[in-house]
Amino acid sequence: MAETVPSHPPAPEEGHPHHEEMSFWSKYIFPLDHKMIGMQYLFTGIAMAMVGGFFAYTFRMQLAFPGIEVPGWGLVSPADYNALVTNHGAIMIFWVAMPVLIAAFGNFLIPLMIGCDDMVFPRINRLSYQIFFLSVLVLIASFLVEGGAFGGAWTAYPPLSAKAEYSLTPLGSSLWLLAVALEFVAFLLGGINFITTAMNSRAPGMKMYDIPIVVWMIVLASIMFMLSVGPLVAGAVMLFFDQQLGTGFFDPARGGDPVLWQHLFWFFGHPEVYVVLLPAMGIVAEIITVFARKKLFAYKTVLYTAFGTGILSFTVWAHHQFVAGIDPRMAHIFTITTLLISVPIAEMCFVYIATLYGGSIRLTTPMLWALAFIAEFLIGGVTGIFLGASGADIYFHDSYFVLAHFHYTFFPIAIIGFYAGITYWFPKMFGRMLDDRLGKIHFWGTIIPFNGIFLPLFILGLAGQHRRIYNYEHFPELATPELQALRVLATVSLLVMLGFQLVFLVNFVRSLRRGEKAPQNPWKANTLEWQAPSPPPHGNFATLPTVYRGPYEYSVPGRAEDYWPQNAPE
Amino acid sequence: MSSRPIATTRSATEIPTGKLAVWWLLGSEIVIFGGLLASYIMYRLAHDAWHAQAAATNTWIGAFNTLVLLTSSLTAVLAHQAAEEGNGPKAAKLLWATIGGAATFLIVKAFEWTMEIRHGYTITADTFWSFYYTAAGLHAAHVLAGAVVMVFVARSAARNQELHRVELAGIYWHFVDIVWIFLFPLLYIAK
Ligand code: HEM
Repeated sequence: MAETVPSHPPAPEEGHPHHEEMSFWSKYIFPLDHKMIGMQYLFTGIAMAMVGGFFAYTFRMQLAFPGIEVPGWGLVSPADYNALVTNHGAIMIFWVAMPVLIAAFGNFLIPLMIGCDDMVFPRINRLSYQIFFLSVLVLIASFLVEGGAFGGAWTAYPPLSAKAEYSLTPLGSSLWLLAVALEFVAFLLGGINFITTAMNSRAPGMKMYDIPIVVWMIVLASIMFMLSVGPLVAGAVMLFFDQQLGTGFFDPARGGDPVLWQHLFWFFGHPEVYVVLLPAMGIVAEIITVFARKKLFAYKTVLYTAFGTGILSFTVWAHHQFVAGIDPRMAHIFTITTLLISVPIAEMCFVYIATLYGGSIRLTTPMLWALAFIAEFLIGGVTGIFLGASGADIYFHDSYFVLAHFHYTFFPIAIIGFYAGITYWFPKMFGRMLDDRLGKIHFWGTIIPFNGIFLPLFILGLAGQHRRIYNYEHFPELATPELQALRVLATVSLLVMLGFQLVFLVNFVRSLRRGEKAPQNPWKANTLEWQAPSPPPHGNFATLPTVYRGPYEYSVPGRAEDYWPQNAPE
Repeated sequence: MSSRPIATTRSATEIPTGKLAVWWLLGSEIVIFGGLLASYIMYRLAHDAWHAQAAATNTWIGAFNTLVLLTSSLTAVLAHQAAEEGNGPKAAKLLWATIGGAATFLIVKAFEWTMEIRHGYTITADTFWSFYYTAAGLHAAHVLAGAVVMVFVARSAARNQELHRVELAGIYWHFVDIVWIFLFPLLYIAK
């Protein structure tokens, strides 16, 4: 739009023109700067992760020790249990994985990594966060209204979610729905910004294949989100009308169909899994190349597999509905697409492993997280194959096997991916180094108990334990001491894991204040964000960079140094 | 607006950033309406009884509104042409004509709905009517939003400012028009 911005002097591009002091309000509360908006998303996401984790702690305590007064919550009533599980799932996906992986890292990284000074629509960016924040408030409000918070599962299937007689939460369910819808709007606005910025505002010289993988991934994720969420927005309006006006969109007695909701939900819900997976995959790609000091094994292959995954992810949704009465012939088709989609993702993992091969690997904290991501995610991916086979899924459906499967995908994505990213970019974000020793203690203190939580749940699932059950004491086959011991093991592991998160918090806060000052490029990385000061000032670069090569030129033979910044002319 | 980021002055794709953003916005809107209409069509095919309900819609009013929207799209195109020629005041006048079309559409719609509700065809009367009001209501909300946006665009265009926005508003307006072109046969004509 160069011709439409006469207020700005054209070439040569210089640093940001305004350096005037900003008030506290315009700097931290209503910022336009992409980095600060990223921080807002980051800290909101971390706070929500604590809430989601606290909910998990509360209902896991109830399952391991049924009927106890859970410290910090009290007695968990059946309605409490449902509300906790529902909101744990919704929070972890919509208010942790999305804001942290897409909005926080996307906002912080995209302009820096493509070498420009901000997003193309800073005000829309700010509006996006404000709507997101509003969605948080609405979600909190849903806990305070009469009837309590919604407990009909994060998938909100009607008729349970559609009628107050069934859900018993006349206001809670509508507020929950409204909160989710607002969150969607926030991410649609943010996504448009990410996509247009990455398309149009790259540094001079940065061609398509010079864009760092993580930027590609966040942009692809935004596109996939945008193309999948629409039908669910329509569905949410329909469900809201069913709840509040008494329409019968999902009521079979009145010509509606509850399975329609399942289609609309999963048409979004399954691409959504990849919407959060791709950014995590991108973060891992950046870290692995830097700490293997090796070029990414196959840049274009990663892109093609990401595109392939993106397209295929729109064709698998009904594998969530194998037992919802869909036509068995349809089930075959969805089994095939589901098994197919494991191919590009597996290929991506192989590319990462091949990148490691022959590299000079440095086991820094971010690298440990990145490697753990691949290892743990693979367990999630492989167990998914069993569920994708429609025959097997009839047995597995809605059991803890499913639950353990998707936590082996979501936990690596949302938690391990987050820790990988934050330990890697912390020096750039805050200008200080994190403590590596504490980082490693935190790493092992998270990874080992994580497996301690969810491996037992696979076994429980195979034993026939269903999800979303408040108390297993009334199921004789499930109330055996052996199975109860597994439940206790999972809960105790969770307590240990949560305890170790304090190490991270201490490390984070202490490093913020007293950490060693970070140099501009502590990891000797090529991508552009490391060529800006740590932390980058408003406007990011003193002189906006020009790009001469791709992002992964490590250990190029014949060069004195083993890295070659994208903006170095020689 | 003392300082726009330099990011806004770049155009690696050579498509103006604002236009790109509007197209992506429309992309997201298409799937919203797409999901709603696909659901409607699936239901409609499964329920022969809806023909009787659909017969009660007023095709003439729908046709009139279609004409209004098409005309307003024409004035939007002419406004874009005027803006291209750098004639801001003329573009603004044409945009006001488009806004007039939007207002007419909404007034007619309000009149039509009042009649229908009086006759007992409320949103809960039958799932056909639930779709009728939801789809047309969502569309009407877009008409309203488009009109509000055009008010701002017209006011700055009258002062010869931000003329490129005339085209962006026009693109959006054509989309609103096209959605109606789908709604009209689906809700009114198919009896
Ligand atoms: C902090 C460690 C976590 C633990 C111990 C945990 C544990 C659990 C358990 C036991 C359930 C099932 C409860 C039931 O069905 O009765 C559950 C449900 C769920 N969790 Fe987690 N979870 C954790 C982290 C996460 C993360 C990071 C995500 C996603 C990003 C996530 C997403 C979900 C979802 C979507 C559900 C399903 C909710 C529903 O049934 O409606 N969880 N979690």
